[in-house]
Amino acid sequence: MAIDNETVRRIAFLSRLRVESDKIDATKEEFNKILTWIEELNEINTDDVEPLIAVNDMPLRMREDEVTAGHCKDAVLKNAPATEYDYFAVPKVVE
Amino acid sequence: MSDITKLTAAEALDGLKKKEFTSVELTEAYLHNMENGRKYNAYITECGEKALEQAREADKRYANGTARSLEGLPLGIKDLFCTKDIRTTAASHILDNFIPPYESTVTQHLLDDGAVFLGKLNLDEFAMGGSNETSYFGPVINPWSKDKDLVPGGSSGGSAAAVAAHLCAASTGTDTGGSIREPAAFCGVTGIKPTYGRCSRYGIVAFASSLDQAGPIAQDVRDCALLLNSMAGFDDKDSTSCNLPVPDYTSFLAEDIKGLVIGLPKEYRPEGLNAEVAAYWDKAAEMLKARGAIIKEISLPHTKYALATYYVLAPAEASSNLARYDGIRYGYRADAKGEHLDELYIRSRTEGFGKEVKRRIMIGTYVLSAGYYDAYYLKAQKMRRLIYNDFMEAFKQCDIILTPTSPITAFPIGDESMLQNPINMYLNDVFTVSINLAGLPAMSLPIGLAQNGLPLGMQLIGKPFDEGTIFNVAAKLEADAKFERK
Repeated sequence: MAIDNETVRRIAFLSRLRVESDKIDATKEEFNKILTWIEELNEINTDDVEPLIAVNDMPLRMREDEVTAGHCKDAVLKNAPATEYDYFAVPKVVE
Repeated sequence: MSDITKLTAAEALDGLKKKEFTSVELTEAYLHNMENGRKYNAYITECGEKALEQAREADKRYANGTARSLEGLPLGIKDLFCTKDIRTTAASHILDNFIPPYESTVTQHLLDDGAVFLGKLNLDEFAMGGSNETSYFGPVINPWSKDKDLVPGGSSGGSAAAVAAHLCAASTGTDTGGSIREPAAFCGVTGIKPTYGRCSRYGIVAFASSLDQAGPIAQDVRDCALLLNSMAGFDDKDSTSCNLPVPDYTSFLAEDIKGLVIGLPKEYRPEGLNAEVAAYWDKAAEMLKARGAIIKEISLPHTKYALATYYVLAPAEASSNLARYDGIRYGYRADAKGEHLDELYIRSRTEGFGKEVKRRIMIGTYVLSAGYYDAYYLKAQKMRRLIYNDFMEAFKQCDIILTPTSPITAFPIGDESMLQNPINMYLNDVFTVSINLAGLPAMSLPIGLAQNGLPLGMQLIGKPFDEGTIFNVAAKLEADAKFERK
């Protein structure tokens, strides 16, 4: 499944990354090389194989529904590049 | 007194206990080595003052009889572990100003046992790489380099190089596809990736959550056991942490290996395997046989597909994990006043991430995107099952598996064939990635030097949660190999 320039642009946007227009071709070539390599997996028939999602297959632990952390607003905001009135600040969004 | 930084961690702790030297003296000696060893670029952040403060505290405890298991031992910490109030970068521009307000569980365990933290060690950006060349802070230089600067391996390159060059007594690493074992092999030191779920992932910057595991890198097998004793254990804060008792790993070192069945997978000896690597592998098997172990050829039929499987699953998980870097809550934010919010995300991420990280985010996004999910991601999860089953079948016939760690020795920084084709770099992980896919414990320890004077590593792979047998067999192999450390 070779990908085209339009797919590179779409994947870049989904990834919220910019690929400069003069780099689209090179990126496409590189991805196709990697994807062709990955397609060797199709040599094996896996129709009846159960996908493995987690190696230590155990049910998720349940716990009491109670507050275990909190009251740490300053710590949460400490690394924010921009804050206003104790909130994370972003550019104005008006659609 | 001879150079106390050349001691193993066990010897150093012994010296501290016997009051042959103080933790402050030991810490100062390492800080001195770090200053003289800056050419290796092993540390991203040095924390000398804090370390000396911890060392003074440790000396008080030795004086009043309350010393803990790692009291006063100076360690280096891979800069992927969040350390409270100490900058944690993941070797990325996007986190280069990040100061965690919390401590990872593994480093908290080490602190609770009295360890001293010398600083944060260099790595491939977000642990994505096998040579430490993708770090925003520049490559680490392998202390075994002679005329040309060589890579230390990756991603825990700083952790392995710092141990080899005696810039810390031991270090922490993480391993998603070989990131502890490959650098340990390249730098002639010992490292273990425990079973998935053995060490808590809480507070470790996530790369591929179903594969990531923390582990120690150290001078020898005993030191790895000492550190893992502290690092391992159940943690409520990690939903994949296993609630199993942690044995004293040093208790396995003196056991014998008579009658243990050691499997050698035939698929790890492909046409064209480096002759020296193959010869050392045979030699290691002979050593174990001479001590009464039984050597048995086994088969892991889907080995060939492990790399491609890994390079679907790991980027897929990474693309999801790294979605959190948005320039809003923490990390680098591009200067984008008044622009659309999407534009702020795109600019922050494009400027903040390096090339390999962006490549993996995009590959991961592609294999998870509508229309391709089944063909790539689901397919890879099914292949992962087959690779896992291979190991479970093999462990019906053997107790432990012996393989080389890497098909090559350390290579020069800036190697053209590796840089031009990412697949060539990925191929170095050929002997290590399957183990992460199957969630198994595995150790790399040095076996000898190749003709080029560089260390080669052997890998021991154990059954799930059977790190003990690895420590037992590794201790015997280490005693017989008599590898001379740097």
